[in-house]
Amino acid sequence: MSSKIDKNYHIISFEDVHKWFGNFHVLKGINITIDKGEVVVVFGPSGSGKSTFIRTINRLEEHQNGKITIDGIELTTDLKNIDAVRREVGMVFQSFNLFPHLTVRDNISLAPMKVRKWSRKEATRISDELLERVGISDQADKYPAQLSGGQQQRVAIARSLAMQPKIMLFDEPTSALDPEMIKEVLDVMKELASSGMTMVVVTHEMGFAREVADRLVMFDEGNIVESGSPEEIFENPKNDRTKLFLSQIL
Amino acid sequence: MITEQERSIFSITTSIYNWVRENLFSSPLNVLITLCVFPFAFYLFISSGDWILNKAEWDAITRNTRIFLIGQYPQSELWRIGTVAFITTNLLGISWHLKGVVFQRLSLIILVPLISVILIPPIFLDISIGLRSWFALVSMGFLLGYLLSKFQNLSTRVLLVSWSLSMIIDFILLRGIEGFGALPYVSTNEWGGLLLTFFLAIIGIMLSFPLGIFLALGRRSNLPFVKGACVIFIESIRAVPLVTLLFMTLIIVPLLLPEGWRLDRVGRAIAAITIFSGAYMAENVRGGLASVPVGQTEAAKALGLGPLLTTTLIVLPQALRNVIPAIVGQFISLFKDTSLVVIVGLLDLVGIGKAVVLGNVEYIDQQAEVYVFIAAVFWVFTFSMSYVSQIIERSLGVGDR
Repeated sequence: MSSKIDKNYHIISFEDVHKWFGNFHVLKGINITIDKGEVVVVFGPSGSGKSTFIRTINRLEEHQNGKITIDGIELTTDLKNIDAVRREVGMVFQSFNLFPHLTVRDNISLAPMKVRKWSRKEATRISDELLERVGISDQADKYPAQLSGGQQQRVAIARSLAMQPKIMLFDEPTSALDPEMIKEVLDVMKELASSGMTMVVVTHEMGFAREVADRLVMFDEGNIVESGSPEEIFENPKNDRTKLFLSQIL
Repeated sequence: MITEQERSIFSITTSIYNWVRENLFSSPLNVLITLCVFPFAFYLFISSGDWILNKAEWDAITRNTRIFLIGQYPQSELWRIGTVAFITTNLLGISWHLKGVVFQRLSLIILVPLISVILIPPIFLDISIGLRSWFALVSMGFLLGYLLSKFQNLSTRVLLVSWSLSMIIDFILLRGIEGFGALPYVSTNEWGGLLLTFFLAIIGIMLSFPLGIFLALGRRSNLPFVKGACVIFIESIRAVPLVTLLFMTLIIVPLLLPEGWRLDRVGRAIAAITIFSGAYMAENVRGGLASVPVGQTEAAKALGLGPLLTTTLIVLPQALRNVIPAIVGQFISLFKDTSLVVIVGLLDLVGIGKAVVLGNVEYIDQQAEVYVFIAAVFWVFTFSMSYVSQIIERSLGVGDR
């Protein structure tokens, strides 16, 4: 896996990032750099700040202290920078968040047409290509509600990919799925990882993490308590919290 | 052997029998209720039928059909009204093949009464030949449009533009142009009857709908000034009766307009109706906006869509669809509320009715008939509106969860 990683380029960098929700200190000084092409799996108990962390990367949540730099662009209140980052960063949500009033094809081609200003023809071509890639090209004219959960999540992945992002964020992408549908989504994600995409994945699918991740990051109470390769984390976790958590979910 | 016909009659009678059994006699309590209510319902049905067909005198309406339809609009300019009606039915015909059944049902709602009026023999319906031929011509407009759409399938966009253009043309035709001989100016003060009711309702709807959307969006704004202004506007308008607003615009609007500008009585009435209905519309739309899950906005943001695109492409379409019943309900009450303009001296359908009854000694006994007729007209249109809204809702419901 590691051959595709460009260790000279930190595409995501967090320096002492803090965030509060009111009085609640969610992120307590996060420091992390992620290389281009790296697949990072983030895990930890609920409320540990892992979702907030991933949502600060495309500024769905704003941080209050510290410095976040994405692909050379610093995230500040500057709307231009935020727009630029969001164009480069795709995101897949736990609850899919497909647009229910648009067909599958329109869900995918909307952003390229409106944000990238591609022609409808070009956008349609790309969306049909992506539907092929995620394995549901026969569903293009249906509405999201007519698809199964696994199919919806694959459409959501295709929708993000249509913007040709450099980074893909996955916020618990399989948590809302029935067990028999998890695999079809994970397969798409594996294929994506092997294509060299930089990915940050919040998930408790440890099989996926072991197989695909370059690095695992354990969050607890707003801190990164441990990080390392799958072998290090699974075979020889150093932190007691990590040991306890892994023993509970494995 | 049972013939095919006998079998179908048999199946109809059994299905009626089953319906009656299930709905009227399903339990001892239902049997009791049915037995108690049925005589009353039967009596009401017979007596109202008897009143409509035998006792009532309808000549206050049949002799004044023109006034009920268009008020004091000059007789020499009637062709303009006919043309407007013709354009409208023509466009309906052209839109027949448009996606969904909305235009088809709308056309039927308008055509069925028109054609029945033409076809009812003069002994039963005493209206002039002239009016009948106008109605026939307007129906022909539909047929022409329908035939045209068979040959040339126009795109939705072209039709949308045509409808918008037709509104402007209609208005210019009806109002005329000052100092232009072929289309002499007809002051809106002379418009009346159903024409005025329609005009107030359609313009009121077309203006208050966008106003409501802007107010609702403004109320959710992060800018304290915008939000505050919208809240104050909405809440103060909703706290006032429409009648008060009508009087206020009658007096205040002329004071606010720069010198040299003037807004006629109808314009002022529309201003009152628009801001009144807009405030209520805003609350309906706000409900719709609140019903759109926050994940939708997040997904749009994550894709790089800006606030404007997110609102217009993602949030509003879903928000509006979720509150179609409430929005149409507001349109319906706006339509009925137009009758309040009587108070500021305009003669809409209700105003004409009142004037006809009070203005002629011979019709003074026909008050009941006149108001029953007006109620029936309002019922037909409001019922059609809620019916069409149900169709729209169903046709937009494809992507429902």
